[in-house]
Amino acid sequence: MARAISTRRMALNTAIAWTIGAMIFFPILWTFLTSFKTEAQAIADPPVFFLFDWTTENYTTVQERSNYFRHFWNSVVISVGSTLIGLAIAIPAAWSMAFVPSKHTKNILMWMLSTKMLPPVGVLVPIYLIFRDLKLLDTQFGLIIVLTLINLPIIVWMLYTYFKEIPGEILEAARMDGATLRSEVLYILLPMAVPGIASTMLLNIILAWNEAFWTLNLTAAKAAPLTAFIASYSSPEGLFYAKLSAASTMAIAPILIMGWFSQKQLVRGLTFGAVK
Amino acid sequence: MKTTLKAMLGATALAAFTTTALADTTLTIATVNNGDMIRMQGLTEDFTKKNPGIELEWVTLEENVLRTRVTQDVATKGGQFDVMTIGTYEVPIWGKQGWLVSMNDLPGSYDVDDLLPAIRGGLTVDGELYAAPFYGESSMVMYRKDLMEKAGMEMPDAPSWHFIRRAAAKMTDKDEGIYGVCLRGKAGWGENMAFLTATANSFGARWFDEDWNAQFDSPEWKEALTFYIDMMTAYGPPGASSNGFNENLALFQQGKCGMWIDATVAASFVTNPKDSTVADKVGFALAPDNGLGKRGNWLWAWSLAIPAGTDDEDAAKKFIAWATSKDYLALVAENEGWANVPPGTRTSLYENAEYAKVPFAQMTLDSINAADPTAPTVDPVPYTGVQFVAIPEFQGIATAVGQQFSAALAGQTSVDDALANAQKLTTREMERAGYGK
Repeated sequence: MARAISTRRMALNTAIAWTIGAMIFFPILWTFLTSFKTEAQAIADPPVFFLFDWTTENYTTVQERSNYFRHFWNSVVISVGSTLIGLAIAIPAAWSMAFVPSKHTKNILMWMLSTKMLPPVGVLVPIYLIFRDLKLLDTQFGLIIVLTLINLPIIVWMLYTYFKEIPGEILEAARMDGATLRSEVLYILLPMAVPGIASTMLLNIILAWNEAFWTLNLTAAKAAPLTAFIASYSSPEGLFYAKLSAASTMAIAPILIMGWFSQKQLVRGLTFGAVK
Repeated sequence: MKTTLKAMLGATALAAFTTTALADTTLTIATVNNGDMIRMQGLTEDFTKKNPGIELEWVTLEENVLRTRVTQDVATKGGQFDVMTIGTYEVPIWGKQGWLVSMNDLPGSYDVDDLLPAIRGGLTVDGELYAAPFYGESSMVMYRKDLMEKAGMEMPDAPSWHFIRRAAAKMTDKDEGIYGVCLRGKAGWGENMAFLTATANSFGARWFDEDWNAQFDSPEWKEALTFYIDMMTAYGPPGASSNGFNENLALFQQGKCGMWIDATVAASFVTNPKDSTVADKVGFALAPDNGLGKRGNWLWAWSLAIPAGTDDEDAAKKFIAWATSKDYLALVAENEGWANVPPGTRTSLYENAEYAKVPFAQMTLDSINAADPTAPTVDPVPYTGVQFVAIPEFQGIATAVGQQFSAALAGQTSVDDALANAQKLTTREMERAGYGK
């Protein structure tokens, strides 16, 4: 009897999980399907799902019109660059907060997080002027700096949480065996925190890849990443939904594939320490 | 792990400083994503061949993103763009601020006198032409000839609002999913307020009196808004308060609208058999009036301008002179046919016998000529602009007013309350901005 209830509950849970998963995934699936329709099919009412003449015309048009690879490369450089620099700053910061906390550590953490509470547009003009004077507008380097800074609080917070789960006694033992601070962090802490660091890195790459406010406002032609590529296919005066969907699919495909292959690490990292 | 990290860091740093090889001059052109602009990008080889030292870089953005982007760049002298695509709203404001380079010295072969007077007037400040029009548009009535015939009516070339309402009533067949009239309802200064401001002009309403006092408490505004909401509630499609240009275009192309009053640029979409199910059944007429001497149509021109302080002013002028020339129109006609020539900028285009064969050509010209941005309303006003007021505060105020009117259309508030709120918020913002002091 108990087994029957648990099977039923499991079936229900599975159904709910699949439903939620399908709902979350549906917009992506719809974008993907629309990218293979004609513009007329894209706005058809009632909408057509699978039974239409699939065409790759939109992808051809998008390829002809835009330099996809330049945008793609900019996205890669900006997201990976900002993540690596962010990690290089955040790992020592999180180490000190987790293992050598002071009475202000909590306040510093809260203060760091509070910077995420300001709407970005509030600092757009000052940052634009600074970038103009430093000749950083429309450069990959400028965007790497901005994205590093805006994602730094999240990286520090995530790493801090992971590091807190690692018993300080292990590090102490290493120290007693004569390990220097550098070797303590590099050879003891980092290997133990690899799942956490990997998931932080992946999440941060995804955040940087999708960042659309700064990447649109601080770039023009040279450093524009895939967010600008998508924006160039949106139009309030003209129905170009199929082309827009093709551009969107091309923009999200790399990050989606990366997420797909690294989902084990992502889930492992995100649930690290959740079950004791 | 360590080596990989180092390699990735190195590669990133290297890539961060990599720049592309440049020609003598590279012009960065900010533009919008519409058919005419995209076509121009495909034809630029003609320009680069004639001007071997100049290379073109395109930044194509969605209209609203573009507006924010170029505004912040020109205001801060960021220098990101050498040529900007801007509209008749920005040109007078930016021209007055000294943010744009004057185009008065374009070469004689450009034939500036050939530009349509209404369009040229909208781009001129104190005698200085600050932008060259790339394509011009107005608004007009697009209607289903078959449904009109079925209703036993005939659309005049210049209909009145009351005719439109009667026709909408007769054409509506909700059981068949056909709605007599589709109009913009989505809130936004460039969405419902473009339509409603132009409509209000034809009802004798105006945004401000000569002393910059808001006029939403006038009987004319009440009449205009009541007419619009009553007609849309009775004969418009469901959910009209969230319909903008694209939503109405989709409805019309699927045969669900009897009439649609919107931008003339839509004519080429609704008559294109590839996308439209009603391509061969569409007729055109001037935007309606109310017998007061003003029609409810607007005037807009996407234009090319040069921000003050650009390093490549001469090259930028060369490009603009090419893109907005008579030769460019001929080039498009040769490559893509006359129907795809950017409309509404030059008189000579409308004198061309080939272009006259395009079904919507004459109506587009008549619509543009029926709009006067320097005297848009029945009563005098202190501003220019037909569907907008050419002051920097307008975008914010009109979007807030648009939200009130959209809510009234959705039935969430009454016409009286929407107008009262519009009056209050407009008065407050104008006082804050220091008008009328």
